[in-house]
Amino acid sequence: MDHFPTNWGRPRNDAYDAYGTFPLPHRPNNDTKDAFASGVQRTQQPIVTGTSVLALKYKDGIMMAADNLASYGSLARFKDVQRLHPVGKYTVIGAGGDISDFQYIQKFLEELIIEEFTSQDGHDLGPAEIHEYLSQVMYARRSKLNPLWNSLLVGGFKDGKSFLAYVDLLGTTYSASTLATGFGAYLAQPILRKEVEGKETELTEDEAIRIMETCIRVLYYRDARSIDKYQLATITADGVKISDSRHISTSWSFAEGIRGYGAQTQ
Amino acid sequence: MPDTLSLSQSQPQQHAFNPYTENGGTILAIAGADFSVIAGDTRQSEGYNIQTRYAPKVFRLTDKAVLAVNGFAADGNMFVKKVRQRLEWYRHAHAKDMPIRAIARLIQTMLYSRRFFPYYVYNILGGIEEDGTGAVYSFDPVGSYEREACRAAGAAQSLVQPFLDNQIYFKNQTPAPGTSFPRHLPLSTVLSLVIDSFTSATERHIEVGDGLEIYVVLAKNSPSIQGLRDVRGVSELTSTDDGERVFVVRRELKKD
Repeated sequence: MDHFPTNWGRPRNDAYDAYGTFPLPHRPNNDTKDAFASGVQRTQQPIVTGTSVLALKYKDGIMMAADNLASYGSLARFKDVQRLHPVGKYTVIGAGGDISDFQYIQKFLEELIIEEFTSQDGHDLGPAEIHEYLSQVMYARRSKLNPLWNSLLVGGFKDGKSFLAYVDLLGTTYSASTLATGFGAYLAQPILRKEVEGKETELTEDEAIRIMETCIRVLYYRDARSIDKYQLATITADGVKISDSRHISTSWSFAEGIRGYGAQTQ
Repeated sequence: MPDTLSLSQSQPQQHAFNPYTENGGTILAIAGADFSVIAGDTRQSEGYNIQTRYAPKVFRLTDKAVLAVNGFAADGNMFVKKVRQRLEWYRHAHAKDMPIRAIARLIQTMLYSRRFFPYYVYNILGGIEEDGTGAVYSFDPVGSYEREACRAAGAAQSLVQPFLDNQIYFKNQTPAPGTSFPRHLPLSTVLSLVIDSFTSATERHIEVGDGLEIYVVLAKNSPSIQGLRDVRGVSELTSTDDGERVFVVRRELKKD
């Protein structure tokens, strides 16, 4: 029982607090409290994080790229983490944001795929279904104010059609022929759009790899939470392929010529 | 008086997760005598980023009702999904499409049921009333609504609505002596106004652009069909033979 009449709600009874001397923000806070409220853990910020994921449409299907770093704040904590994950036979998801939330997503998607497999009904989940499922989970979690702190790309190829879409911790979704999460949205997306838009049905796999390498290199030069080790995934009529870790070449010789800060005397 | 300060300070300091964002774009609807036009751009953005150049904001609900949603895109998509589900249930129960004034009231109760965790979405519902007149209903995020002749909402509402007030309601205009302003405009004029509204909003608002989708709903045997046939980029979406017909006109907008 709340013994403070001022908390009983409107209309205010003139017998108590006739002049409104007890403004709302200063009323005694004696709501019933969950004794364990402070024990309920919600993701309020990401802890171990991955940075950008890139994806594009090309002639044969979808190509996706993500580096192998999982950061702990500014510390490069885990340098051999795979952020591209196959789901079923036709789909790859790539994750930026909290890595433990991503691992949880991998777990329940695996359970989903197994459940669908065991029904043996002649249907299996393609990228569109997996994206719809994921976006409903992400939106439900944000609505409980307990989000899965990720930006995800879902890419796939099924029944001769390629599929590429985005979903994030708010449940926001969209689709386009090039997508990039995190810093990639600023640094890689302009390059991807310039190279890919309007050429989705002509780009060869080699050209797509070259574009991805360019973007990963730009990100490695400018995104302090990135690393020069990355993986490429392709999803085509031949199925899902995720490459071994690759190394991106960089050139730092220009640094010799930079004057103006540091210890040079001339 | 209880020590309220110490009570509030004893709670752990937490940085709250913000479950909302704004995804830009603009929608607009105009009612004619026997038609209704509902339009929206197709850009989806967050901050200065364009997320995609094609994310529809206008949805055909039935052959006599079209809904435009603008604001937080995730809420918008979920809201349209739930409205469609309710309309399907209605169809199964009553073997007919829900009338637009009933859809309007449905939308108001659905929005108000989330009064304390609102769908962050501005809705505009356009279509044909049971009496065959063109209708536009506009809503705020918690369900306040009214029937109007025209309404703009979204990022460029403040650019488009005054233009519509002037061109549809003839506000701040005086008719030539001995004449009066028309109550309803013909479809061709309305389409021109819609296209001009969006090209202008695209020029002056960074969140508007990329593509334009204009839905046109015609009442039974509407003569307005004549002018619609030769409009560039038009295609028909009608799915029943109730008599009302739905068309969509797709146009490009500037992409910068």
